[in-house]
Amino acid sequence: MSKTIVIGISDLNIATNGDVLVTYALGSCVGICLYDPVSKIAGLSHIMLPTIKDFKDPNAQKEKYADTAIEILLNKMLAAGALRIRIRAKIAGGAQMFAPVNNTSLAGIGERNIIAVKNELARLKIPITAEDTGKNYGRTLFLDSNDGSMKIKSVNKGEWVY
Amino acid sequence: MALKDYGDLNEMQLDALREIGNIGSGNAATALSSMLERSVQIAVPKIRVLDYNDVVQALGGPEKLLVGLLFSLSGDITGMIMFLLHKEFAHMVLSSLVGSEFDGSSELDDMDQSTLQEVGNIMAASYINAMAAMTDMTIDISVPNMSVDMAGAILSVPAIYYANISDKIILIEDEFDHDREGATSHILLIPEVDGLYKIMESLGLGS
Repeated sequence: MSKTIVIGISDLNIATNGDVLVTYALGSCVGICLYDPVSKIAGLSHIMLPTIKDFKDPNAQKEKYADTAIEILLNKMLAAGALRIRIRAKIAGGAQMFAPVNNTSLAGIGERNIIAVKNELARLKIPITAEDTGKNYGRTLFLDSNDGSMKIKSVNKGEWVY
Repeated sequence: MALKDYGDLNEMQLDALREIGNIGSGNAATALSSMLERSVQIAVPKIRVLDYNDVVQALGGPEKLLVGLLFSLSGDITGMIMFLLHKEFAHMVLSSLVGSEFDGSSELDDMDQSTLQEVGNIMAASYINAMAAMTDMTIDISVPNMSVDMAGAILSVPAIYYANISDKIILIEDEFDHDREGATSHILLIPEVDGLYKIMESLGLGS
């Protein structure tokens, strides 16, 4: 029977053998799904901030930032036997949960996360085949390693699959 | 010693924050009670310094439906104050004040939204006024912003905002309850580290 593997905030992991990766309640954070359809290896990363470059702390957790987490995830998948050229990405999240408060560092953080994720995927030459980003509501994301489908669940808007 | 991280707070400083929470929530509860014309119980405030994931668990899990009202603080203290209403609490407020129902399965109409925002506004202002008077500081609060969504998604906002300071969030957590209906709400006061230091200094607990 397939297992469900939970990915917390600032966390990432891979799954195979029909296991399902899930990350709950993405708000302004972004979930990045990577999938190799032949080896059926799936990877999910839940990033919180666009770039590690804003932080001087050498101990900063690399899984938290778009520009460091995705490459770690990719390397994990390659080590497990995925082939780089086959890997495709689907992304979700980056919502604006509250209308902008008088707070510049918070305004548009969802949007900045989405842009950072897209830039990083472009740098790694991973094409994006689906995205469900922006707007103003939270999303729970399921990534099925069986077929690479990304299911999104929301509070009052139902659920749908990419 | 200047505070660098929320984890640096000592027991006496945590006690002071608990007392601020106590007085603030007492004022907010009085305001709520007179608006609703019914009794409101408050629990002894809990002060917790928690990881983001633990905060979400403490509030009922990432997918728990909450009504979140976010205010930003400026003036002598910067930070945020957030009200989190369980759907039963939102229902209790709405049914008492405007006679409407809320079960979380549909979106709030404009009237319901402004009612909840106004209740939040009055409670936040009472809370902050009490805190300002106690610490002799000037604190301004913004107009509320509202989101009805999963706890994890709502709390990602303060979590992201504070991610550059600390992995932990300090919660001054107050519970309001109207006993017959088990309707609960929480206030989270989330001061920036600088503001926290100013609070401690004003109370003579700066070192």
